[in-house]
Formats: sequence, C-alpha cells, structure tokens
Amino acid sequence: MGDEVLPKSRGMKPQQKRLLIEIAVVTAIALIVILFVPPMLVDLGQASRVNQLGRFLALAIVALGIDLIWGYTGLLSLGHGILFALGGYAIGMYLKLQIPPNASIQLPEFMSLYDVKELPGFWKPFYSFPFTLAAVVLLPTLLGGLLGYLVFRNRIKGVYFSILTQAATIVFFNFFNGQQGFFNGTNGLTDFKTINLGRWGTCIQSFYPSIKSWNINSWRLVVAPVCWISKEDINSEQTQFIFYTLTVLFLVAAYALCRWLTSGRFGRLLVAIRDDEPRVRFSGYNPTTFKVVVFAISAGLAGIAGALYTVQTGLISPKAMDIAFSIEMVIWVAVGGRASLSGAVLGAVLVNFAKSFLSEQFAATWLFFQGGLFLLVVLVLPDGLVGWLRSQPIQQIKTFIGIRPQVATYPRIEEDPEIQRERENLES
Amino acid sequence: MSHQIGRRKFILYGSAALGTSLLLKACTTPPPESGTASTPGAGSSPATGASPVSNTTSGGGDTIKVGILHSLSGTMSISEKSVVDAEQLAIEEINAAGGVLGKQIEAVVEDGNSDWPTFAEKAKKLIDQDKVVTVFGCWTSASRKAVLPVFEQKKHMLWYPVQYEGQECSQNIFYTGAAPNQQIEPAVDWLLQNKGKEFFLVGSNYVFPKTANTIIKAQLAAKGGKTVGEDYIPLGNTEVAPIIAKIKKALPNGGVIFNTLNGDSNVAFFKGMQEAGLTPDKYPTMSVSVAEEEIKAIGKEYLVGHYAAWNYFQTVDTPANKKFVEAFKKKYGDDRVTNDPMEAAYIMVYLWKQAVEKAKTTDLEPVRKAAIGQTFDAPEGQVTLENNHHLSKFVRIGEVADDGLFKIVFETKTAVKPIPWNQFVADTKGFACDWSDPNKGGKYKV
Amino acid sequence: MLEVLEVIFNGLSTGAVLLISSLGLAIVFGLMGVINLAHGELIMLGAYTTFLVQNVCKAFGSPWKESYIFFALILAFIVGAIAGLILERGVIRYLYGRPLETLLATWGVSLILQQFVRTVNWVLVIGIAIFCLLFFGGLWVLNRLPNFQQIRKWVITVMLPLSIGIAAVTGGFLSQTYKLAVTKPWFGAQGVAVTAPKWLFGGLNIGTLTLPYVRLFIIALTIACIIALYLFFQRTSWGLRIRAVTQNRSMSACLGIPTQKVDALTFALGSGLAGVAGVAISLLGSVAPNTGQNYIVNTFMVVVVGGVGKLVGSIVAALAIGTIDYIIASKALLPLVAASKPLTDLVEFFGSTDMAKVMVFALIIVFLQIKPGGLFPEKGRTVDA
Repeated sequence: MGDEVLPKSRGMKPQQKRLLIEIAVVTAIALIVILFVPPMLVDLGQASRVNQLGRFLALAIVALGIDLIWGYTGLLSLGHGILFALGGYAIGMYLKLQIPPNASIQLPEFMSLYDVKELPGFWKPFYSFPFTLAAVVLLPTLLGGLLGYLVFRNRIKGVYFSILTQAATIVFFNFFNGQQGFFNGTNGLTDFKTINLGRWGTCIQSFYPSIKSWNINSWRLVVAPVCWISKEDINSEQTQFIFYTLTVLFLVAAYALCRWLTSGRFGRLLVAIRDDEPRVRFSGYNPTTFKVVVFAISAGLAGIAGALYTVQTGLISPKAMDIAFSIEMVIWVAVGGRASLSGAVLGAVLVNFAKSFLSEQFAATWLFFQGGLFLLVVLVLPDGLVGWLRSQPIQQIKTFIGIRPQVATYPRIEEDPEIQRERENLES
Repeated sequence: MSHQIGRRKFILYGSAALGTSLLLKACTTPPPESGTASTPGAGSSPATGASPVSNTTSGGGDTIKVGILHSLSGTMSISEKSVVDAEQLAIEEINAAGGVLGKQIEAVVEDGNSDWPTFAEKAKKLIDQDKVVTVFGCWTSASRKAVLPVFEQKKHMLWYPVQYEGQECSQNIFYTGAAPNQQIEPAVDWLLQNKGKEFFLVGSNYVFPKTANTIIKAQLAAKGGKTVGEDYIPLGNTEVAPIIAKIKKALPNGGVIFNTLNGDSNVAFFKGMQEAGLTPDKYPTMSVSVAEEEIKAIGKEYLVGHYAAWNYFQTVDTPANKKFVEAFKKKYGDDRVTNDPMEAAYIMVYLWKQAVEKAKTTDLEPVRKAAIGQTFDAPEGQVTLENNHHLSKFVRIGEVADDGLFKIVFETKTAVKPIPWNQFVADTKGFACDWSDPNKGGKYKV
Repeated sequence: MLEVLEVIFNGLSTGAVLLISSLGLAIVFGLMGVINLAHGELIMLGAYTTFLVQNVCKAFGSPWKESYIFFALILAFIVGAIAGLILERGVIRYLYGRPLETLLATWGVSLILQQFVRTVNWVLVIGIAIFCLLFFGGLWVLNRLPNFQQIRKWVITVMLPLSIGIAAVTGGFLSQTYKLAVTKPWFGAQGVAVTAPKWLFGGLNIGTLTLPYVRLFIIALTIACIIALYLFFQRTSWGLRIRAVTQNRSMSACLGIPTQKVDALTFALGSGLAGVAGVAISLLGSVAPNTGQNYIVNTFMVVVVGGVGKLVGSIVAALAIGTIDYIIASKALLPLVAASKPLTDLVEFFGSTDMAKVMVFALIIVFLQIKPGGLFPEKGRTVDA
C-alpha cells in the first residue's frame, strides 16, 4: 500500500483518493478488531485468544518500528528487544509501586529478598503516572537516539551495525539479570495488582456498571480508555479490554505515523539511504541525521509496544532483551514483507499466532516448523507475504500449472527451454 | 503539503466514521447473550473464567482434562522434560487402574519454551480454552511467578513439583517440592557437623540461589560457621575460571562449597573443579540442584565423592520406590534414571487424584479443601499435604557413588514439616501460612 | 609473581576457548561475509560427535578409551564440514550478497538443528533417509529424461508429497512395531556427558598454581589449528584460490577459478573448524541442545573486534577479550587499586561474571567507536564515502 512514490504535481487527485480509501480501510479494520472480534472470540469459546491478539497487536507496533528502520532505511537492528523491554520496565516499575498503604513494607515485595531496605532513587519518579507515560516513550527514544548517534556518526553500517546492536543486547540483558535488587533479575517484574490513575479515574464512575460485562454491546467501552476507575484491578477483564482497545488505537496511530513518515520526502530519503547511501551523501544530505531520527522514532514505538505488551502479559523480564526475541521481531517483518507497513503488522500477528498454534499442536517438535518457516520465507518468499500478494499470485499459480501467460511478441524467446536455461544461467 | 491535508482529512473522516459507527452501535444494542453475560451482582468476578466451578463441570464427557505445562524447548527443557515423563507415567498408571471417578484422565501438554510470558499465555490457554481441572507444571521460580497471577485471578489450581526458595504461599498452588527447611537447612547443619565450618557459596544468578544463600548465611552466623565468599554465574554461562580462582583464594586449605547452581553451569563448574584439583576430600561440595539426571549429564567421574541434599534418591529403599523405578524404566528405557523433582511430580498427580476422589468431584474448591491432609505412600516414604499447601517430606543427603547414583549418608526418621515463610529472613520471621483456616490465610503473624 | 602468571594463564585459556570457537566464523564471516547464526549449532554438533565417539571407543576398551579424543577431533571436523556443505549448497548459496537474509535463514537452521538433536531417534533418521532416497534419488533418475526441464515442476509437485508420505508412513509403521527401541531419543533434551580421557585429568603444578591439562590441551589445539590454517592458506593451491576469491571475486572468476567450488570449500572448512571447537568445549562445559547459543554472540564479537577478514585480528581480539573478561570477573585488579576507595568499589561492582560481561561488551562498543573497522581494518580504498 502506497509504497510507490507517485509524481506529485498532477497526481494529487488519485493520490488523495487512495489515501481516503486507505484511511477508510484502516478505520474499518480497527473498529472491527475492537468491537466485533473480542465478542466473536468469546462466543467461540476462545476467550484467551483475545488477550493473545491484544499482545500480538502490541508486538505489531514494534514490528512497524522495525519495518521503518529495516524495510525502509536498511538498518537491521538486532537490539530492539532492549528498547521494547525498557518501555515494559518503565510501566512495570510504576505498577510495582502500586502498593496498598496498609502493607507492612512500602517496597516492591521482591526487594526484601535481596536486602534492599530503601527504594532506589531511580524508582522514585515512577510513583507519578505522567512521568511513567513520558518514560515509556522517551527512555527508549533517547537511548535509541544516543546509540544511533554514536554508531551512525562513525558510519558503521550493514552487518556491523547489526552485530553492535547485539552487543548492546548482551550489556542490557546481563545488567538487568545481574542487578536483582533493582529489577528482580530473571524473574522480572510480575504479579501486578492494581493500576491507579488518581484524578483520571473519577469521571467514569457512572459508566462503570455497564462495562462490567464482557459482551461488547455497549459503545461506552470506546470511551472507557479516556476515563478510568481509580485503583482498578489490572487483571480484570474490563481493564484488560481497555488495554486491548488502547493497543489497537496505538497501532493505528503508529501505522499512521509510519505511513506519514514514509510517504513524503522524508520517506524517499530513507529509501535512498537504504539503496545508496554514498549517493545521498554526495547529493548534499547528511544521512546520519536521518538515520538517527528514524532510529529514535522506531525506538519510541518499541517502548510503547513494550508497555502495552507488559500490561497485557502481566510480566516483563530480561527475556525480552534476549537476542532470540530481537531476531524474532525481524522475522515477523520478513515474513510479512519488508518495506510494507501492512506487511509488518500482518507478519507480527500471523507469525505469533502460527507459533502458538504450532506449539499447541506439536508441543514437542514445533521448533522444526518454526525454523522451517523462516527458511522457507527467506528462500521462497524473499519479499514476504505482502510482496508475494503484490506480484500477482494468480499469474504465478497459472504459470506453475502450465497455463502460459499471453505473450505479445517473440513467443519463441519466452518458451524455448534452451533460451530459458541460458537465461537462468546468466542470472545466477 | 499533501500529507498535511491527509492528516486533517484523516482526523475528520476518522472521527466521522467513529461517530457514525458509535451511533449505529448505540441504536442497535442487542440484548446480552446468555453465554457470555455475567450476573450483575457478581461484583468483582468477571464473566469468563471467574466461575471456574461451572467451567470445569461443563467440561463433561468421558475424560477429565488436566494440563501439563513445562518447558519442552529452550534452556530449561534439559530438566523439565523428565518431569513431564514422570507426570505422564502417573497419569497412565491411574488410567490403567480405572481412572478417576470412573473417567480417564486426558493430559493436555503445553510447551512453555523456557520463556516466562509464554508460560503465562499457556496457563491462560489451558484454563480458558481447554477447561482443564488442574495444571501440573513449572520448574523455575520465574515461570511459577509468571503464572501465579493467572492462577490467582482465575482461582485455579497449580501443582508445582520442584524444590524452591519459599517465601510464597498461594492458595492456588500446591507445592510438592521441598521448602528451604526441608533441604537447605538440614544440609547446612549436616555439613557443619561433619565437614567443616568455612563455607564458600556458589550459585546461579537468580532468585533461588540468592534466597538460599541469604538463608545459609544467616544460619551459619547463628550456628558458628563462617561464609568466606559467595559468587554467582549467569544461568547458562559456562566460563567458570574466575569463580574457581576465587574459591582457591578464599579457601586455600580446603573447605565446604555450597552449590546452588542450576542447569548447564553445573557441568562447567564440576569440570572446572576437577581440572583445578579441587577434590571432594578437601573441597566437599553440597549441591541442591544436582540429581541423578544431572549426574548423567555431567559425567559421574567428575562427581564421585561430592554430596547432594534431596528428599528422594533413586536408591531409596522402599517398596513404593521399587515399583516407581521399575515402571519408569519399563516405559522410558533402562538407561533412564529417576530423581527428586520427578518423584515430586509423580506424587502430586496421585495426591490430586486422591483429593478428587475424596471430594467426589473435580470442582476446584472442594478439591482444594479435600487435598489438605491427604497422605500418600510415596517412593520417598509416607508424605502428607499440610494445611500450608506444602508437603511434609523426608530429608536425605547422598554421596555420589561410582555407579552414578547416590549412597544415602543421612536421612530423617520422620517427615519434616514444611515452613514456607523463612524464619532466618528478617522480613518473614514469625509468619506462617494456613489455608485450612479462612482467618489465617497465606501469611499471618504467629 | 605467581599471581600474575595465574592471571595470564587463565586469561589465555579463556581467550583460547573463544578463539577456537570463533576461528570457523572468522573464515565464514570474515572471508565470505556470510553471517552464520547456526555456527553455534555446528559447534554443538561437534560436541555431540565427541560424545558418540567417546561411547564407541569406551566399548573397545583400554587403548582406544584413552585416545578417543583424537578420533573425535577428526570425526567432528568431518561432521561439521559435511553439515556446513549441506547448509551451503542447500541454503546459503542462494543468498550470497544478501547478508541480512542469510542471517534470518541461518537462524531458522539453528532452531531446526537444536530441535533435531533433541528429538532425533531411529524413526526420524530412517524417515529422513527414505525421503532423501526417494526424492533426490528420484530426481536424479528422472534427470536423464530428455524433457526433464519441462516437467521439472510437475515432478517436484508430485514427488515431494509422495516421498514425505512414504517416509512418514514407514516411520509410523516402525514406531508401531518396534516401539521404544526406535522411538527413544538418542540424546534427548537432557544434556549428555563427555568425560575427558584420564590423562587430561588433573594439572601441572607450579608452586601453588595449577595449570589444568585440559586447558593446556585446548591452548595447544588452538595453536595447531592456527598453524594448519596458515599453512593451508599460504602453501596450498586451494588456499591461494580462497584468498583470491576473497579479494576479488569477479577477477578470480575471470581467471578461471571455480568460485562456486571455492565458496563451498571455504564454508565447509569454517564449519569443520566449528566442529573441532565443539570437541574442545565439550571438555569444559555442558553438551546439550542449546550449547551453541552460549557461544554465538561472543564469537561474532571476536571477529568484529579483530577486523573482518583478518585471522590475525581474530587471534588478538580473542586473547584480549578473554584476558580482560577474566581480569574483571575475578577482581584481579583489587590489590592494585586498594589505595583508592572509589576504584575498589568499581572493581567490586563489576567483579562478577554477569557484570564483567556488561563491562566487556560496553568496552567493545566504545572500542568500535574509536576504531570502527576493528583492530586490523581492511586496507585500501572503497567507494564507501
């Protein structure tokens, strides 16, 4: 969708039309996903899938970020897990500080296990909800910006950039794992109880009874994310549904942001950097700035995704900084189709669902299928699912079963096996 | 320019679309469907999963579904795979003997992939989708902590078979592995009496070893021992040269090593000990995560003469154990061995079965009540499920023998009662847990 | 004095382990530019080979039992090389020039290999053998037909499900008839034990210092591998060809060097070295399906820090990283900084295996800031502005 850049002058009309169509489609899909999918899944007896879908949609946000830097700009980051986890930890720390006032120790319960008597200084700001929200976005953005600046300034790129981000993963993974008094090590932050939004919560009181029930026949649910009951049980179905709604909204917003970034001049520059960086440099642009900016934006998206994922999973642990997880993120984009925003979203959701279905069906051997899938995608569908759909699959199937495409001229060249073979040889 | 228009239009059309659809929805609000609506008076309990009793009974059919949730892939599969084997053996035996309440047990096996969010996800899936009546699962504390909120929220039931650090007592979990006072504390006492006063503590860098070492240090301070050093290796790390150097520096003339390493690191650690010349006569090592399975993976040559503390060894001499070992080898092959977590996993399936039979239903609350006080003639001896949801267990210390099994050098005469809230840790001193009395609950001051 | 020697020795031996596990990668990644994330799994295959050889040799009794390690070295090299060859011919050759996609594909391969050692049993092996026999054998036979190119797609569409089906049915039949004997996993998810031969037990005593024989053996093995590699690259015609292709592929092709063969050979060589590394690490650590994962990132770091394409760089980098890692983790600097409180605190803070890793990798990132091309960057001008 809209990855081709149309000439600007006369093409305004069709471009606008396409944009409108796209907006309509996205809005429709979002509404369906918010309003119809959950009750449908519940009716089908698949209630736990709603939560799954919500989490996977959160992952789709980070996939969008990856697509932005990898698909469009050609930077393969294997360290997005850090940024994802930072967002998760930020919100997790806030939630861990929701300690009932009558508790014997005013500390997250794990700290006493490690002889931490006083709340570490950097935890304290996380009492504040606005600060937490800012931290969820800004912490990863700043880290991404800093890392990006250091790396791109030195013109480290390609494979080296990937490996450097891997090294960063190791640093953060071991730090969060090792500093157990601060972050509870391998266990991570878990067992969140309530979410307290203070003044935010008062306005919803009257709506509350109507969103108690799970079946989504009340439009008021859509209003729910704005107003919030204070001290809400975070694991209750309605809170979780609010997170689900928020996730979809954020995904739409992230999609819009990425779409906006990639369609204009900025987007064309990104693609130019991907395809020929020296030439961009020679044309008078400074690719470093663009790369830093786009990396920081992608980091911010990862942070938001991490926070949304954490509240829906009820857990954030250093596992999210594991290299495996970061590589998986890239694979979602590869499966969906790089340089295609809808592909990134689709890839994240499909791969994760495939993973959970496969591991349910073949608990002991599902890794075979997962590994096979990656191999297959890279070898057979180098442009991902969306790329394949774009390249006229019907024609391909026709060719495969022997119906040849209509050829206007020179049929001999197209059909002669000798020439075909020669051509293949030449190409390889 | 163009995208500015686009954005404005986006907001305009978006809100228009949202508005219309909201209106439409509001006008055509259908009556609540019967299947999903919750009773208005239900208060805090949301509609799905909140009434587990009706969920489980509606499962019906000729089989009873139970969940098995362990890591079959990833780092932890090294240990957890054999626990699954033991659970499946118990289920098979029960089914062969006629099942529970006249129904066969059907196990739904899920892979936690050594990944904690996956554990939480699969726990939800087992409860909501498969409507299992109970779940047997988890190994690491991290995975247990990850699923704990799920089980608490859905008021469901988890059986957990591994020795752990304590400091937890959930109404929704039954712990059939050892609490610290059933493994670590007796082991330290035994070492103080028989092996020496100077201890070096080695552990993996996560919650169990850290808590265990906190306890050990307090215990040593109280009983006249001395901690000369402690060090931690990240899970899965195999470079042990720095730690060996530290041990040699701290204990130049020998001393006791207390080892709470988990998984792969044990292999590297014992190989490193051996190559550095730290032999068991001068540096006796007490391990609490090395059992028969691990000996097989490390190589018995590296371990002969070292010690381990457990509640069960394959060499325990009881009729029940003979039967257990025989049945296990018959099903999985002669070269397989049994160990403590496997035994705990095996007995928890039976305990659950007994509780169901006593309650005459698989509904969660009656079973939970009926489970307390169940006794079972386990391979390790007769064990009882106490009212703090932990199991009373026998404590044993074994020395690794030439055949790769343990020679039991110490065992308690009677089963030791579990103490989940540790009395050596300041924060939990004086607390206890009792689920048979609604006024006491998970943590009350004695 | 002895303490300094101890630090040097331990640092050296840590470095040697790093080096031997990254030698293969230095060739595959350094010379060919292929990011092989399955490198760790090739190491793991080498370790499992050692386990098998050990068990076979144990059955033969005394002289064999003590010298199994040498057969293991040879066999592990061969196993690694064959696995690498299959990987190169089957996957990687389609992805040359697309390094990032190689990365994803080899990640898939590494997952498959891990699961393979976990589940491999007779049924699986027989199934795969039957499939290969039917499918590839069938293709080979049909290849002689004159109009094969035209019917190729059809043949594959028919043969693929057919051979999979036959293999699956046979597997099912076997597991029904022979039960445990064929369905029992060879290795299982649990690790397997590799025990060093008796003569590698213990160590060389110098005063209070012990130099373990196993470590000495690994250091010797590493040196031997480096010398062999040097001789291979400098003194043989294939070594010359590999160097030529590395420096200028198209010119080499013009001069008649079979670049495809060279690629396959280089990859097999690197993979074979990974197999040899597997023997070494099986003496030190665990042999389990996820063994390779512990090494993969470290090995990449070594190659990058050393400078891609320079074996000498990898050697220096491995030794440097190993020594620094050991010094930080063992708090060996403590006596030197005893005078200053903040420095002591710093050393104490980073003085654990975890934090040493944090420190080392942070240092690597800083180092690459200063020298982006590594210790020994590739000389010469590129168009890269």
